[in-house]
Amino acid sequence: MLGTVYAVLFYAATAVLLFGLVVKAWTYGRIPAPLRIPTAPAPKTRAGVFWRMVREVAFFESLYKSNKWIWLFGWTFHMSLWLVLARHLRYFTQPVWGWVELVQPFGTYAAFTMMLGLAGLWARRVVVERIRYISSPSDHLMLALLFGIAVSGAMMRFVAHTDIVAVKSFMLGLMRFRIGDLPPDPTLMVHLFLVAVLMMVFPVSKLLHAPGVFFSPSRNQVDNSREKRHVAPWSAKLES
Amino acid sequence: MAAEDTDVPQLSYPLEIPKLKCGAMADSSPYAASSAHQADLGFPGELLPDWKQRALAKIKELAETNRAFQVYLDACVKCGACTDKCHYFIGTGDPKNMPVARQDLLRSVYRRYFTFAGKYFPWLVGARDLTKEVLDEWYSYYHQCSQCRRCSVFCPFGIDTAEISMAAREIMDVVGKGQKYCNEIIGKVHNIGNNLGLQEKALRATLEDLEEEIEEDTGVSVRLPLDEKGADILLVTPSADFFAEPHIEGLIGYAKVFHEAGASWTISSYASEAANFGLFIGSHENMQKVALRIRKAAQDLGVKRIIFGECGHAWRVAYSFLDTLAGPWDFLDPNFPVPQHICEFTWNEIRKGTLNIDKSQNDHIKLTFHDSCNVARASGMGEEMGGQFEIPRNILKAVCNHFYDMPRDTIMESTLCCGGGGGLLTDELMDLRVKGASPRMTALKEVTEEHGVTHMAAICAICKTQFSKVMPKFGYDMDSILSVHQLVSNAIVLAGQDGVDDENVKEASVTN
Repeated sequence: MLGTVYAVLFYAATAVLLFGLVVKAWTYGRIPAPLRIPTAPAPKTRAGVFWRMVREVAFFESLYKSNKWIWLFGWTFHMSLWLVLARHLRYFTQPVWGWVELVQPFGTYAAFTMMLGLAGLWARRVVVERIRYISSPSDHLMLALLFGIAVSGAMMRFVAHTDIVAVKSFMLGLMRFRIGDLPPDPTLMVHLFLVAVLMMVFPVSKLLHAPGVFFSPSRNQVDNSREKRHVAPWSAKLES
Repeated sequence: MAAEDTDVPQLSYPLEIPKLKCGAMADSSPYAASSAHQADLGFPGELLPDWKQRALAKIKELAETNRAFQVYLDACVKCGACTDKCHYFIGTGDPKNMPVARQDLLRSVYRRYFTFAGKYFPWLVGARDLTKEVLDEWYSYYHQCSQCRRCSVFCPFGIDTAEISMAAREIMDVVGKGQKYCNEIIGKVHNIGNNLGLQEKALRATLEDLEEEIEEDTGVSVRLPLDEKGADILLVTPSADFFAEPHIEGLIGYAKVFHEAGASWTISSYASEAANFGLFIGSHENMQKVALRIRKAAQDLGVKRIIFGECGHAWRVAYSFLDTLAGPWDFLDPNFPVPQHICEFTWNEIRKGTLNIDKSQNDHIKLTFHDSCNVARASGMGEEMGGQFEIPRNILKAVCNHFYDMPRDTIMESTLCCGGGGGLLTDELMDLRVKGASPRMTALKEVTEEHGVTHMAAICAICKTQFSKVMPKFGYDMDSILSVHQLVSNAIVLAGQDGVDDENVKEASVTN
């Protein structure tokens, strides 16, 4: 019964996440951007833009220039999240890939740095007047959601182990459209439920910053407007 | 609010983040466009009864036709990185002048009507209905943004408040709530050819006066040709260069450089304006209409190259958009970029050694350079990335012995706006302009104290006008702001020029 409920939940969450992101990315890609608006100085070549984007998404370059505290907490959180996600691949692969084995120890302790980053961001949202002013309830809820995921996950790893073998066989089953059983562990229920919620709110929330950054004209455009003509169908139509 | 009422913010460097003063600038609002001004641009004369439907339809259209608009409205995570970056926020403390809060004025409406979360959980995501109060708030705060893009430099996603502010102004225009200053000026360009409404006859007389003035000063006949068919170069320069100080000294500088370079050039009375306020109101149609005047002038005069004079947002439209708006430029000489900046031309001549320069002519000046926002963050110059920072500085260092940069976090891509850009250079906004200029003035004071800097040069007509108005409020003379080409003009020794004596030098600097 429990297995069926969570199976439905995860199929739904996966569908919402993938469908939502594909639609959004497709929409962003389709909307014209005829006027060149890269934030200058901007790279003059595609390769230059590629590296600008790499620095932006891997090191949060602009954020670093802007505010060291937000950068520290934000970057710590995101990188920890990647490690944690990488570690979780072991529950979806059999046999477990070599590099996932390597990441395992880092991924487990990244739970703490992830919480640290989230706590820092949350504290700023409460303590710093300017950021308190711009925060909506959803901004706090998003942090609560991520924090809940991190805490429940770390609980199972460091406090009360769940039957991880059973969880893994459930997940491997799901991927082959075979619905198995989940151990009736409340912490696990909470953890998986929050993850499913996160997946579902992704395409309808500010988490769209993840695909959005790649479509941001101020970051992804080449500074070549004097060398190459850029037109969009709707702007060409206006020409007499 | 009249200028006299302005309490001039006393800031110190490094710039401090102000305490929030909610509603401090809620009453700041520019004059509304009359129905005649609106009509010239194809906008309704007054707020339409169905304004709300039209505004929402416009938002939908923008979301579907302008990638930046939708991505920027979706992507913000409210991290707060931009909150202390706007010069208007630093100068006023009004939280709605924090870039993210300014975007949210529109984002909240976009969310309410066009996103799942805003439609079903408005209270959760700060979504709100579009009401008359919201529209008035837009009018006030989207006219407290100079579209300088400083926030976009520091945003981890490159979200550019300028794009949102332009979009908001366009939405307001199409429902009949336009701003007088911008729309009246654009109308003049459409009808006459320049922001001032300067007719061809008056322009010709002005240029002839300048020719006489140069000849009196130097003994050399330097021409400022108008509508000369068959000239190689079309100079498109802001019309402020024809009458305002210190702009006009810059125009004299371009003329001297062209003269010494032996270039054949002309100004056009039909396209006698580099400025393109269509940018400020986010109207692609109006921006294109203004830009197409330049194309027509270039074709009618049969020129081979186009060079732009010192104007910040004009250079943005020229460098970044001109090919999109009015190209292709296949009838021009392919050996030169289209268009070029006068600084590119001058720097090239300096490197070639065409110009005879006597740097000592500027020895009474200790100089710094104000990077104009649209040049710094929305365009380029020369071949190299960052040429827009290097080339003007190279020129200044070539013509002036005493040059000192302001603190690094207030120049180049981090430059602080003059406070008058983006269509805000109007008297009724003087309070805002003074407060918005205070961060820049604070950085200037830093180099005045450290190096004794006396003057600041700029390559933007709006910056120059704004600074000549606001600098006196910060203890500088109104003529402490100079054109870059004014300094070039001071230092150039024309071929055959009369012996330069001390009196001439002094006079040149005083009239500047």
